[in-house]
Amino acid sequence: MIYLLLYIEFFKIGLFAVGGGLATLPFLYQLSLKTGWFTTHQLADMVAVSEITPGPLGINMATFSGFNAGGILGGIIATLGIVTPSVIVIIIVAGILNKFVKNKYVADAFTGLRPAVCALITIAVWEIIKVSVFNFELYEQTSSIKDLFLLKNILFMVILFVLMRKIKLHPIVYIGLSAVAGIFINF
Amino acid sequence: MQDKNVSLLDLFWTFAKVGAMTFGGGYAMLPVIEKELIDKKQWMTRQDLMDFFAVSQVTPGVIAVNTASLLGYQKRRILGALSATLGIITPSIIIITIIALFLTKYISSGITEKLFASIRICVAALIVNALLPFFKKGIVNIFTGFLFAFSLAVYFYFKISPALLVVFCAIAAIIYNSIKRKTAK
Repeated sequence: MIYLLLYIEFFKIGLFAVGGGLATLPFLYQLSLKTGWFTTHQLADMVAVSEITPGPLGINMATFSGFNAGGILGGIIATLGIVTPSVIVIIIVAGILNKFVKNKYVADAFTGLRPAVCALITIAVWEIIKVSVFNFELYEQTSSIKDLFLLKNILFMVILFVLMRKIKLHPIVYIGLSAVAGIFINF
Repeated sequence: MQDKNVSLLDLFWTFAKVGAMTFGGGYAMLPVIEKELIDKKQWMTRQDLMDFFAVSQVTPGVIAVNTASLLGYQKRRILGALSATLGIITPSIIIITIIALFLTKYISSGITEKLFASIRICVAALIVNALLPFFKKGIVNIFTGFLFAFSLAVYFYFKISPALLVVFCAIAAIIYNSIKRKTAK
């Protein structure tokens, strides 16, 4: 019964992968070795596709691996499997938090959580910047500082950033514009 | 705050939009959430969102789903959490299924690589732009500034897991605030 197995396996991934989409990757890797539902080569393709298509990375990868294992229904069941633990845990946690929202220790904890979240988002954006406007690979080979900076990409990012500050359009507009620019300019 | 004026369908549809317009994992959805849920719908504040992110980071599962469930629960309890979660996963299921059925061959070809390179630069700029107001809300005194710098340093030098970092900062803040209250007395 492939669907039941898919549901259980992805339920487990949803339960044990703490920290978002990419945290599911090692679990998917183990799953491919254990079940043979998809190859590790397919897994690499799935990550690439999931990154350039809309939707949270972890969800895209669950749908994709479920599809490879059990077709359209497989994709749906794997996705439902990976979100089930989240929804259950969140409902319990949110219920508890609602009761203690006036508790001074809970309020104290959140004053420490906010700077931590700022740091985590900074880290997340740095990980993207590192691979999109810098070339650390080439720099490590040549140790020449001018190889580190992809000037065209940095300029593109600065222009986009200034536009965003001046004209507050919807994020998807800027993504669309960038996609069009990407067809004509080699980044 | 619980809010019966927010319909389950509205929760579903709004998070479906967030899902359809987010490129990348986790915090890449920040700019879209800011636009759709904070500016347009005014369902939460930036501070709420930071709190949701913190809880999402330490609970199991995909951050986007956890954040959707939290807001859905806050508005309409259990049914709200389910509606928001179904909303955020529906675009992925549809888009990925279509791609897996027809387009796998093309998507790993050169043109998509090119598109992705420029979209990635844009996503980075969008997140930086959305992040700036969060600094103002999250880093409010020397202690929170220290926690921010400490978190960055510990992550880059020791590659410690984000969940551990979040737990550590919560405990540090509880201890710090307790001591501060005692000495103020």
